Amino acid sequence: MKNALGVEIPEYIEGFGELKPFRGVWKSIIEDEAPATNISRTLKAKKPHTSKLCDNLEAAIKKCNPFDGMTVTFHHHLRGGDGVLMQTIKILDEMGIKDITLASSSLTSAHDGLVPYVEKGMITKIFSSGIRGRLGEIISMGKLKYPAIIHSHGGRVRDFLTGRIKPDLSVLAASAADEEGNATGSHGPSAFGSMGYADIDARYSKNVIIVTDNLVDYPCVPSTVRQHFIDYVVKVDSIGDASKIASGTTRITTSPMDLRIARIAANVIEHSGLFKDGMSFQVGAGGASLAVAKFLREDMKRKDIKGSFMIGGVTSYGVDMLNEGLFQAIFDVQSFDAAVSSSVLNNPNHIEITCDQYANPNNCGSMTNKLDVVVLGALEVDVDFNVNVITGSSGEIRGASGGHSDTASGANLTVVVCPSFRGRLPIVKDRVHTVVTPGESVDVIVTERGVCVNPSKPNLAAALIKAGVKVVDIKDLKEKVDAMTGIPAEKELGDKIVALVEYRDGTIIDVIYNVENLS
Amino acid sequence: MTPKFKAQAGTFESSDIMVLIEPVTEETGRQIDISSTVMLQFENDIKTTINQVLDELDIQDVHLIAKDKGALTPTIKARVEAAVKRSLGIQEGTM
Repeated sequence: MKNALGVEIPEYIEGFGELKPFRGVWKSIIEDEAPATNISRTLKAKKPHTSKLCDNLEAAIKKCNPFDGMTVTFHHHLRGGDGVLMQTIKILDEMGIKDITLASSSLTSAHDGLVPYVEKGMITKIFSSGIRGRLGEIISMGKLKYPAIIHSHGGRVRDFLTGRIKPDLSVLAASAADEEGNATGSHGPSAFGSMGYADIDARYSKNVIIVTDNLVDYPCVPSTVRQHFIDYVVKVDSIGDASKIASGTTRITTSPMDLRIARIAANVIEHSGLFKDGMSFQVGAGGASLAVAKFLREDMKRKDIKGSFMIGGVTSYGVDMLNEGLFQAIFDVQSFDAAVSSSVLNNPNHIEITCDQYANPNNCGSMTNKLDVVVLGALEVDVDFNVNVITGSSGEIRGASGGHSDTASGANLTVVVCPSFRGRLPIVKDRVHTVVTPGESVDVIVTERGVCVNPSKPNLAAALIKAGVKVVDIKDLKEKVDAMTGIPAEKELGDKIVALVEYRDGTIIDVIYNVENLS
Repeated sequence: MTPKFKAQAGTFESSDIMVLIEPVTEETGRQIDISSTVMLQFENDIKTTINQVLDELDIQDVHLIAKDKGALTPTIKARVEAAVKRSLGIQEGTM
């Protein structure tokens, strides 16, 4: 069957059952009946005044009675410094557990160590919002038994609530926790800020273990994850590489190209009609997208604009803007640097939120649905405004869906920033290799060679032209860039589906085939 | 013409290409070794461009090593021309 973007979607996939095709950004969410399968919380009991503390992670995992075919979940707030996921998988492997479904909110460079476990079939399914590095390459080459499912941040919460992901064991790292499992990422030597992605795991997993390098006296105050969901608590020497978990502050790029693109994007926002008091704003943490915050900050000061709230993915740059009074509040599902953790802890207007509140399409209060402006990056875009943030130039899996499609769907103005080509590879395509965010939810693509406005927004295009912004037709831009770079040779693709890209509503928006030849 | 000296042009920066030339004895033909960050997408384009410049400069016997980081065609042409002219000892000005 074909989905709304014309992508051929299998009706049935071994290991996952029937698939639903993507029908449009809001169509399935609004028109379909609410998902029938809805999980209930596991009933748990504990006698008064008994201890949850275990000597080590292995002992805690044993108490959870691990079994073949189980689903193990993690959060990725420790980013590239995470030591807990690999430790858990190693222990499960030593116990002889196999056929594991791994459901981490994302996978980073810290998880290349998963490769041998995937290759030998100890891990057979993966749910994640992102897959990178060597792990992405071997999955692209077809080494994972079942296709990986790439979901969005909001889609992951939905996957828990509909039972697509059925968590049997969740091992959740915390930078501070007490003996009952009240836990947080906002203080302690390994503080990583918001713990927003872990909330859904803690609430709905059959067994929840809190792992911390910093066991504090009861009660742990403040705490994010609360004791009535937690089965066991483990104190370890290290939850990972502190220097990669949270370090320093995020700096604005110095790349002239990124700054140029960001300057243009800020002009677009200024003349979009949304640049006024009460504006809400979200920006990615990468090169050009974060740089937009720099110019927006200057523009807001110049025109004396006071915004309402920011959402993040929060960097210290966002914290500075909060402290300057440019916004009233930050809603923080994930913090990107050390300076953010102290703000989460100390500033009452810096509000830690769960991923459910951030982006779940199936609740009635997602923050993304209240967003005015979001600025996002892209690996590739196409003439229909579709965006790829998951597959690289060889067709390999190397990125993250993250909150890209969640925020794009909700924001009044979705701005995608990218160079028109990178190292000779044209970024504007006839069709992106993999659609993560559908063009229907993208309003403007900003490149250094001009701004492309979605034809569904003629008024916006007119306003920008009137303001002197260089608006170009995306097809003309593509031709111009192709003439400079040349047309790249077609990728050699296999016929095995190695990953499914799940749209935030649970439908399948695209499929990723294996790559024969990875350079 | 036949290169007399070892010569090079270009850098290892992104969007540039490093071209190295080694003289070979006459009648050995062209040996062109290319490595590129965009090998999968542009190997043939790069090869064609290099051969075109060598044709224009009438170079038949040469060992040319190209290490490409995604240079556009005009950059490739300029780097090959500069390296060849240096290897012939006919560079002018700051070349």
